[in-house]
Amino acid sequence: MRTINQFFSKIREINQRYAKPTVEMSRGVKFSLAVLRIYLFLLVLLMIYKFITVIKVL
Amino acid sequence: MLIPVAYYVQEMTVRLGAVTKRGHAEAIFESFGAFWGWFSLLDLMIVDWLTLVTEFVGMTAALSIFGVPAWLTVILVVLLMSIIVLNGRYWTWEKIALGFCLLNLIYIPAAFMVNPSLSEITSQGLIPNLPGGLNNELFFLLMANIGTTIAPWMLFFQQSSVVDKGLQEKDIKMGKIDTFIGAIITVAIAIFIVIVTGTLLNGAPIDDAATAAKLLMKTNHYVGAFMAVGLFDAGLLGAICISLASSWAFGEIFGWAHSLNTKVKEAPWFYISFFFTLATAGVVPLIPGAPLVLITLFVQVVAVTLLPAALVFLILLLNDKKTMGEYANTRLQNIVSTLIVVSIIILSTMYGVSALFPNLFQ
Repeated sequence: MRTINQFFSKIREINQRYAKPTVEMSRGVKFSLAVLRIYLFLLVLLMIYKFITVIKVL
Repeated sequence: MLIPVAYYVQEMTVRLGAVTKRGHAEAIFESFGAFWGWFSLLDLMIVDWLTLVTEFVGMTAALSIFGVPAWLTVILVVLLMSIIVLNGRYWTWEKIALGFCLLNLIYIPAAFMVNPSLSEITSQGLIPNLPGGLNNELFFLLMANIGTTIAPWMLFFQQSSVVDKGLQEKDIKMGKIDTFIGAIITVAIAIFIVIVTGTLLNGAPIDDAATAAKLLMKTNHYVGAFMAVGLFDAGLLGAICISLASSWAFGEIFGWAHSLNTKVKEAPWFYISFFFTLATAGVVPLIPGAPLVLITLFVQVVAVTLLPAALVFLILLLNDKKTMGEYANTRLQNIVSTLIVVSIIILSTMYGVSALFPNLFQ
């Protein structure tokens, strides 16, 4: 339990340390990055689906 | 075409590491904040572990040719990597790794031993042709091939190793030469592997790498042995680099000591995460009936799909003139790296579309 608490407080410390990014990204860039990430994530899900269907055939 | 891809991407990480003196994970956290940092770190963790599984698949398959059971291979690999990594000096580790890299040249004599047809190499290899046309299989194989040359973990590995090695701005020129030579040798060796397998295994049903090497042994005992040694060596090198990439990245962010120049007592979490990743990945090839070739191909494809997200961060970091100064990306470097990102996204999309609509490209 203590280890878990220590772990989460470490995460909080990291989040605080890096709270202020040094590279200014415009709203457009942030939006594009988010869209790209979601799009790639969906492609990966599609690949996982394809992988499972191929396994079932085998 | 993979040579410029490998060179341009890896060269950027060399420059970034030498100038910022920070690993890739730390650079992303600091420059883009915790949200994007955690995203990248989790991406790295998942893709790293999956890719490590494929390296163990290759190694267990390779040594099975010589009758070594998979469980013994996993134990031997973990022991061997302990010896390589625990010596406490980055430079010693690099020299040993370079020695294993030289062993990869074994594919070259193997390619000559199979007496390949020069006209076939030229017509089938150098002149682009698509025997089955544009289809799901083609896109899948293209992506899997790209995935063997460049993957997200390589960005993290290269940059962290540059920092651990202690490269400075004055060393960037040598770093570029180093990277260029590495890119050429990597692709050249891949070509020789294709020549051997294309000549001897054309049309043969291959379910796993062990089947391929066993068939090669039947055709030519020495070629089969060379291929098995090369396969094991490639897997070992990959395993060493991938597990270090994760450990370095976590060490950078969590503030652990994270250098190969430290002993286990000085950096316990660095080495614990290294061996934990190895051990858990090594278990997967031992699962009875697991479709290992399929897993290997899919992992490479997934890694390539996620690559553009990592490359975009890299390009943004290299364009931060405040940090990079005179070493920021030139216009040519931005054009080439953007083209690489766009090409991979297009290829991933075509694969996705062909998976959903198989008859669309026919």
